[in-house]
Amino acid sequence: MTLTGASRAWARRHGLTPMLWLVAPGVVFMLVFFVYPLCYGVGLSFQGEGGPLSAYADFFTNGFVNNGRSRESILVTLRLAFAASLINVGLALPLAYRMRGAVRAKRALIAVVLVPMTLGTVFVAAAMNEFLGRAGWLNRVLLAAGVIDQPLQLVGNFTGVLLSLVFTGLPFAFLLMVGYASGIDPTLEQAAAVLGASPARRFLHIALPLLLPGLTITFCLAFILAFGVFPSATLVGNDAGPTRVLSKIAYTEYSYGHYSTASAAAVIMAVVQLAVLGLVLAARGLLYKGPSTGGKG
Amino acid sequence: MNGHRWSRHRVTLTGAVTWSGLWVFVGGLLLAVASVVLASLAQRFSTGWLPESYTTGWYTAAWSDFGLGRLLLVTVEVAVAVVVISLVVALPTAYVLSRLTFPGKRLLLLLFLVPQVIPIMTYAVPLATLVYMLRLNDSLAGIVLVNLVPSIPFAVLVLIPFVDQVDPRVEHAARVFGANSPRLFVHVLAPLLVPGLLAAGVLILVRVVGQFELTFLVSGPNSETLVVALYGSAVQAGHLASQQINAMSVVYMLTTLILLLVALRFVDPTSVTARHRSR
Repeated sequence: MTLTGASRAWARRHGLTPMLWLVAPGVVFMLVFFVYPLCYGVGLSFQGEGGPLSAYADFFTNGFVNNGRSRESILVTLRLAFAASLINVGLALPLAYRMRGAVRAKRALIAVVLVPMTLGTVFVAAAMNEFLGRAGWLNRVLLAAGVIDQPLQLVGNFTGVLLSLVFTGLPFAFLLMVGYASGIDPTLEQAAAVLGASPARRFLHIALPLLLPGLTITFCLAFILAFGVFPSATLVGNDAGPTRVLSKIAYTEYSYGHYSTASAAAVIMAVVQLAVLGLVLAARGLLYKGPSTGGKG
Repeated sequence: MNGHRWSRHRVTLTGAVTWSGLWVFVGGLLLAVASVVLASLAQRFSTGWLPESYTTGWYTAAWSDFGLGRLLLVTVEVAVAVVVISLVVALPTAYVLSRLTFPGKRLLLLLFLVPQVIPIMTYAVPLATLVYMLRLNDSLAGIVLVNLVPSIPFAVLVLIPFVDQVDPRVEHAARVFGANSPRLFVHVLAPLLVPGLLAAGVLILVRVVGQFELTFLVSGPNSETLVVALYGSAVQAGHLASQQINAMSVVYMLTTLILLLVALRFVDPTSVTARHRSR
């Protein structure tokens, strides 16, 4: 009796109250349906037919039976994801910076820019193929204007997938950056303006350092979105060659029932993505961290 | 917010470049959407600027041949089930993670954060294998189950800042008046958290409707959602006329567009992150 009373007091002192049971449903679900499959998949990837590391060896020597070019797919996916997230963040930064204050029709403009997020990968693929295809409006306009002699090859290759990733990813990056940009206290820039800083200097020395932490987070999330690209790589690109991405390799292995090699490809995908995110976040640690509001002390 | 009025009408080179860049994006977006809508209404595959003749036949064909009504029904059923279950499970979890400090709290936060930063494919492949072993593949329950895996932690992370904003004194007052934990959640916290629940619910709804990889791996002919069926028909080129795929894409777009418009009525995107930052 006294023992349970003492241990109960000890538990309370360390913050272990009966209220903690409220997390049980969520935690149990995540353990059973996220952590267990994840560990199971990692274990499966070491159970290749030719020894523990054979699935990984096959991946790096392009040795998959029905599924070539697996080693190159890492580079393809990285190039695609880096290009898409750099373009998205690079375009979202000036737009969000311009929109940080009161701008006419801001809400309507945000609503229009957000439309691609709702279109879905198949609609975007259809739009890319219709609009950018050889007989699409863009090529027609350029041909009619005499800018080009031959229709541009914009779909069925790397460019097409990159454009569709920008199309769907830019609104997302923009939405996040608007949030960060409108969190900066306008009085900071007014103070700089009073002291004679030009708009370019105000951006470079005041706004940009305050925006950089948010910028790196946006880059990470944009990278995650682009790295998992699967449907548009097949529908807009050419998944036999130039846009053969990692998720396509994992899916093809899975659909043939090669579970250990599919798991190995999925694990490699996670390792590569986490490595990139780790590098970016480590670089973020070097940046200014502090309030983005002015204070009167 | 003041102080921008004086700079609004000054024309600068960088301003011109950013604004024209924005209008190129918006223009390209509208033209791309218009070209799909036009193509879905074309009688024959057009070779000119505009289709020669128009028909709504592809929509009725998609409705009857492809079972569009059934696909929409499955999609809505899955989405509503996932949203409701996610919110019910996530609210108590978010409450504890916001209010209490206890050993292992960081580990728990990590458990809900990791699903957001690893590729979906990484856990989708073994999860689909597990669903097959449970014989839940090609069933509504299986699709709801796999979609809950990213949705529950997402709902937890969205709800935590909203719980932070509720004044703990309100809860203490309820406790003093004799409310037990279930009553506290149903009668005090849930009403105060309606904006957060709506925001999380709408975001999950949009994500589930667009969720491809997870649903794709466990669905079968009896349990396809709209996006999975669309992908399947788009990959089998030649099986269906391109106009019909375009017509189905337009239906899909309208479904999610309505959801977005509803979402924007409740959620101001510029304020959520700003509020989050100021904590």
